[in-house]
Amino acid sequence: MVSLESFGLVGDAGAVSTTTTPLAEVAASNSTLRAFLHGLPGVDRVGADARAAMLGTRSIKTTSKKQAIDLAIRMVDLTTLEGADTPGKVKAMCAKAIHPDPTDLSVPSVAAVCVYPDLVATAVQALGGSGVKVASVATAFPSGRSSLEVKVADTALAVADGASEIDMVIDRGAFLSGDYLKVFEQIAAVKAACGSAHLKVILETGELSTYDNVRRASWLAMIAGADFIKTSTGKVSPAATLPVTLVMLEAVRDFLRTAGRKVGVKPAGGIRTTKDAIKYLVLVNETAGPDWIDPDWFRLGASSLVNDLLMQRQKMATGRYAGPDYFTLD
Amino acid sequence: MFEYAPAPESRAIVDIKPSYGLFINGEWVEPLGEGREKTVNPASEEVLAEIAVASEADVDRAVQAARKAFTGWSAMPGSERAKYIFRIARIIQERARELAVLESLDNGKPIRESRDVDLPLVAAHFFYYAGWADKLSYAGFGPSPQPLGVAGQIIPWNFPLLMLAWKIAPALACGNTVVLKPAETTPLTALAFAEICRQADLPPGVVNIVTGAGETGGALVRHPDVDKVAFTGSTEVGRLIARSVAGSRKKVTLELGGKAANIVFEDAALDQAVEGIVNGIFFNQGHVCCAGSRLLVQESVADELLEALKRRLSTLRLGDPLDKNTDIGAINSAAQLAKIRELSEAGEAEGAERWSPACPIPDKGFWFPPTIFTGVAQSHRIAREEIFGPVLSVLTFRTPAEAIEKANNTPYGLSAGVWTEKGSLMLWMASRLRAGVVWSNTFNKFDPTSPFGGYKESGYGREGGRHGLEAYLAL
Repeated sequence: MVSLESFGLVGDAGAVSTTTTPLAEVAASNSTLRAFLHGLPGVDRVGADARAAMLGTRSIKTTSKKQAIDLAIRMVDLTTLEGADTPGKVKAMCAKAIHPDPTDLSVPSVAAVCVYPDLVATAVQALGGSGVKVASVATAFPSGRSSLEVKVADTALAVADGASEIDMVIDRGAFLSGDYLKVFEQIAAVKAACGSAHLKVILETGELSTYDNVRRASWLAMIAGADFIKTSTGKVSPAATLPVTLVMLEAVRDFLRTAGRKVGVKPAGGIRTTKDAIKYLVLVNETAGPDWIDPDWFRLGASSLVNDLLMQRQKMATGRYAGPDYFTLD
Repeated sequence: MFEYAPAPESRAIVDIKPSYGLFINGEWVEPLGEGREKTVNPASEEVLAEIAVASEADVDRAVQAARKAFTGWSAMPGSERAKYIFRIARIIQERARELAVLESLDNGKPIRESRDVDLPLVAAHFFYYAGWADKLSYAGFGPSPQPLGVAGQIIPWNFPLLMLAWKIAPALACGNTVVLKPAETTPLTALAFAEICRQADLPPGVVNIVTGAGETGGALVRHPDVDKVAFTGSTEVGRLIARSVAGSRKKVTLELGGKAANIVFEDAALDQAVEGIVNGIFFNQGHVCCAGSRLLVQESVADELLEALKRRLSTLRLGDPLDKNTDIGAINSAAQLAKIRELSEAGEAEGAERWSPACPIPDKGFWFPPTIFTGVAQSHRIAREEIFGPVLSVLTFRTPAEAIEKANNTPYGLSAGVWTEKGSLMLWMASRLRAGVVWSNTFNKFDPTSPFGGYKESGYGREGGRHGLEAYLAL
């Protein structure tokens, strides 16, 4: 899409670098960052909406629906982010994460649980060696309105408690005021504080408002070292939408081609039904491509979605719907 | 991998009779001649039904019925005519699923398109013109514009029911009666429409449907009691019609071929431009008179755009038109397939580079993979002649002036598309393109309120919108 050579992203020999050193040159100053981000091709809102709507009409039935339901379960970041969260609530959710349907052990585990930093230790202990990862929101979630020192400390504490994934929020105020360098530096600092933990960068697309901004924020996060880009905190409406996710999937697709590094995508918030989840899978399949159809590269941030997936899964297996009381609420 | 299982729309909803007569004066009648033709499903070559071939005498019967009905229909208050047309629109909506399946079976177009594009537009067209029926005095054609009389209408096979709507809805709203001939390869939805006219209690003779091929059409055009000829189809046949009616009192509108330029500037929203290019030329297998069959791309982004376009084409799903996930259906007929092949071979012979994605082709039926030609020059046949298939010719330009020069350098002038994020450039281009429709950051968008029609060899007259009334009023 965009040549990074003039920004020193790619070496003269054409060798693609994945280290942060050449990326730092794009971010040498706010003006180089701005020139780069504003040089990205625009997004036409009408066209992007139409494309997402068309993909939403794909009809996924029978065997492919079955496959999609299990894929979707494996991609869920089972989330609780409430002021009222307690260790008891988190432990119950972890049990659900390991065995979403205790009556049917063929149901795969979800990808991860997502909790506030102070509950990471509880979740790590509850999940044990189940393979379900612990993700923690950090960096003064959900507003991001705090000092860099607090954000880095927030991250470091969560990682120290055993979080293997950190979901940070960007400073939307800085982004919207054009201070891209500040956003870049914060992401880079949090990335450093993550150590070996994966970093998901929440753009809070509902506050960015234009698709052009979504594309720029996606690239900014990826250049700064994001392992995943994530739509929303779930605390702002609109949360994830199909067209916003489309724009982000185009960004990771193009970033791999340009910078040689693969980044994952996580829509979060408002994804409640199997039908919604399948639309997202179709979107991934036909935008970033089949290589992204994997929990390592695509996640669904959700809480109530799992029970609908389970209900549809059981319907496919038995031909009957069980009532909602047959699925656990955790 | 995430494969999509087959998701076919059920064809149980349609009831195709083994054979059809002619719809004249509100009744099904047997043709006077012996002629019969078969209509086939182009995706399987299965015979769907036997169709009557109307002879000159049959056409005469239909025109007489229309003439007789004209007296009452034209004298009816517009508000009363509107009731019938609104009723037709509602019945079309109610039967939309059935009509969509029928259209896909007979034409080969993907059900996604017949369901999401054709049928909604068909109903919208009838609703729109129903609204004009009692407001003709305010349409800008004088205080009391009068209908012409009997309209002879000949429609093509690419959008069978939609072209019927474009023709019949304004004609009826203005108080004319019609004799319509659908294309010989796609008569089924027009015959279903005849049933809808009965269902709506439309007075007998207001709409007559005669089936047949070129000879039937010729008889209709030549008939002395036809006041108005409306034709959508090839420029070649359009010329014959223009010749045939020359010197007569008949009013004519012709909507003919095209070789539209889809112009992409370096500052375009590239991902959406790629979608627009795909929609411009691969929508309806490229069987679209206003298809964006010439891609003019600014040289500075040509490589990038072509790479993205090729990647996108690799995701197109070709196959069973009734599968809800199909993007590219069947070519409508063996004859059309032969024409597409011939022109594509000419493209290769003239030195353009041909590319298609890996694309399995079904064993039976008529199919052509989505195809791109790069390195195309203005002098190549594939840049000048209408292919009417899923074949895109890619040319490049350096400056806006060169884009205009190349875009207008064609005997056609039906449509064009421009992709730029710069508003002033968009307007500069739009005012210089000699095309009836200029799409701005989109392509193949239709709406009943918007007039449609061409410059030069793309025909004359406008269909749609307030302008579309003019073709059916004595002015």
